[in-house]
Amino acid sequence: MTDVTVDAGPPTVTKTGLMTPFNIISGIILIGGAIILGIRFTQGLAATTNLNNTYPWGLWIGFDVMSGVALAAGGFVTSSAVYLFGMKEYKPVVRAALLTGFLGYLLVVLGLLADLGRPWRLPYPFIRSAGPTSPLFEVSLCVALYLTVLFIETTPAVFEWLGLKRFRKFVGSLTIALTVFGLILSTMHQSTLGAMFMVAPTRLHPLWYSPHIPVHFFVSAVAAGLAMVIVEGMFSHRAFHHQVEITEDQFHRINFGLAKAASVTLAVYFSIKVVALALEDEWHLLASGWGAYYLFEVLGFVLLPCLLFAAGYRERRIGWVRTAAVVTVAGIMLNRFNITFIAFNWNNPTTESYVPSWMEIWVTVAFITFAVVAFRWIANRIPIMYEHPDWKGVH
Amino acid sequence: MTTTRRGFVGGAIGAALSVGTAEAGTTKHFEGHPGRYGLLHDTTLCVGCRSCEAACAEVNELPPVDVQLEGSQVFDTTRRTTETSLTVVNRYLEASDDRPPVYRKLQCMHCNEPCCATVCLVHAFEKTPEGPVVYHPELCMGCRYCVMACPYYALAYEYDDPLTPKVMRCTMCYDRIKEGKLPGCAEACPMGAITFGERDELIQVARERIRKHPDRYINHIFGEHEFGGTSWMVIAGESFGDLGLDEGMTTEPLPAIATSYLGVVPLVVTIYPGLLMGMYAFSQRQKQVAKDEREEAVAKAVAQTEEDARKKLTAAAERAKKDKERAVDAAVKKALTEAREGGEA
Repeated sequence: MTDVTVDAGPPTVTKTGLMTPFNIISGIILIGGAIILGIRFTQGLAATTNLNNTYPWGLWIGFDVMSGVALAAGGFVTSSAVYLFGMKEYKPVVRAALLTGFLGYLLVVLGLLADLGRPWRLPYPFIRSAGPTSPLFEVSLCVALYLTVLFIETTPAVFEWLGLKRFRKFVGSLTIALTVFGLILSTMHQSTLGAMFMVAPTRLHPLWYSPHIPVHFFVSAVAAGLAMVIVEGMFSHRAFHHQVEITEDQFHRINFGLAKAASVTLAVYFSIKVVALALEDEWHLLASGWGAYYLFEVLGFVLLPCLLFAAGYRERRIGWVRTAAVVTVAGIMLNRFNITFIAFNWNNPTTESYVPSWMEIWVTVAFITFAVVAFRWIANRIPIMYEHPDWKGVH
Repeated sequence: MTTTRRGFVGGAIGAALSVGTAEAGTTKHFEGHPGRYGLLHDTTLCVGCRSCEAACAEVNELPPVDVQLEGSQVFDTTRRTTETSLTVVNRYLEASDDRPPVYRKLQCMHCNEPCCATVCLVHAFEKTPEGPVVYHPELCMGCRYCVMACPYYALAYEYDDPLTPKVMRCTMCYDRIKEGKLPGCAEACPMGAITFGERDELIQVARERIRKHPDRYINHIFGEHEFGGTSWMVIAGESFGDLGLDEGMTTEPLPAIATSYLGVVPLVVTIYPGLLMGMYAFSQRQKQVAKDEREEAVAKAVAQTEEDARKKLTAAAERAKKDKERAVDAAVKKALTEAREGGEA
């Protein structure tokens, strides 16, 4: 992947040659991933994963699907803020957040294709035999629709780059409708991902299980999305500094705004977690080993970043804000892992256990690498990090 | 462990969504298809001979089980069902002075309201009127949500099949039942520990045994009501907790709990567009009001400035006029004086 100069917009730095360290490392990861997927589709899931009958869902569901969807929430959060609630000051980060969202959901679908026993039957729920009683039916319908929405939301930048003014104008006129639709779909499937676990009150540890788990998933996804916009900006603003038009000061102001929002969201999330404990009267469970582990998650990865975001905002410390964002992202992953395969089967009556195999980890890393490479490739060409000069200040 | 959970917005909405067993918006309750079959496992009669395992493998054409060869070491570990053994017998309690070892047979329980069927997004599971829950591999996507959802850990998956993996579980020998035969395990059991029959009658049989031998049985039929009841039921002389079954589970069917949240989804779809467009309208209106106020203030300021300028101008003009008049007067006076002085001279 070489960087090329774009015709319009600020000049890009042109590096020559394919053999940059970034390209070599990501190439190795991607080729390795492709080989492992080849093994998976010729010798089966048993040859590549440590999945078993007691732990049918592992890293590919726990990370690629459960965490991936939550971390891609930045797209709907920022676009709603800017286009629906009129917070125009966040506009410089919307496009990058939407692109991250689109690639995130693409990663979700890729992960699913690797994990499904018969992935070519992916359209079956819609064309062959619908199971609308399944939370997963709703999730797949929403993810399919939302991936389409995110795709259309990314096209204005593509049309600007291609100079297709009439197309650009048309998709621009859809902005509000798409943002509303995206927010509806996101509310639904982010929460329904949590609802998928409501069927397992005996298998998921009671500290993680709650009748309100859909709300837990939705609120934590908003926090994850905000944190992910900060984390993504940390890298992209350095990597694309030659494209970025806003000043460092402006960029920091945006980050402080996001930090404030993330802090409030995490405070809400922490509160509903406490409410869940009180509703089910589960305080006594905190005294167990599982309780200690639960407190490690909720205090260390929810309350701590909540306070750190607030302090970073108040003291105007960008370093604190970024640390809090990284901790929040890690916390979401920890939570989704706990629910999918760690606190799941907590009273396991069988002898089976699950730790991801190196091949599962490699494939997951390869998917992330794919998303990063795709982001770089796209942002090097189309106006993501800056506004196209012809379309400044337009929806 | 006790499991009593309220659904997201009450069970009613969820029950309405469960697999066609409850009717939406009514107070009616569907008790299940009358005359449906079930099996009763009497653990007090089971001696752990594993004839059922061998028969199961045979009728389902799975790798054969050689009971003699494997011996009793099999019972040293607690096994679960797998994709090649659809039923397994475990020893849960060692022999004591007053009773022999206690064994229990594990397999799909064929729930009255199966959550595997509810959570399947392609409807690959079906609760038949005869009782068995059947699986349609021709629809299955292989997401394994059913394997994850089953509270009895009864479902297994062919992980080693790369292209056509299936979910594997006890079928209650549906085909044999339809032919009027007994399920393989029930036919093979030499101890009469497995009884096949209509579920309602089996409950009577179990009650009768418990009534006749109160010293031999615990007064509970596992599967009569647990999570809405199951087709396979168990009676035992020891607590069910000791036999690897969760005790004190709610009678609420899992599908009702699992789908209670889905009732909220239509509300999101219907409430959000209006609510969000309202919020958008507020933010736009706020902007408009701010703009109007700004324009008004500017207009006022301009008017004020113009008014001031006009006043200044008028004052200046008047002053100029007065100055002019004064100058004219002075000039006239001067001319007159000069004329008078000239006349006098």
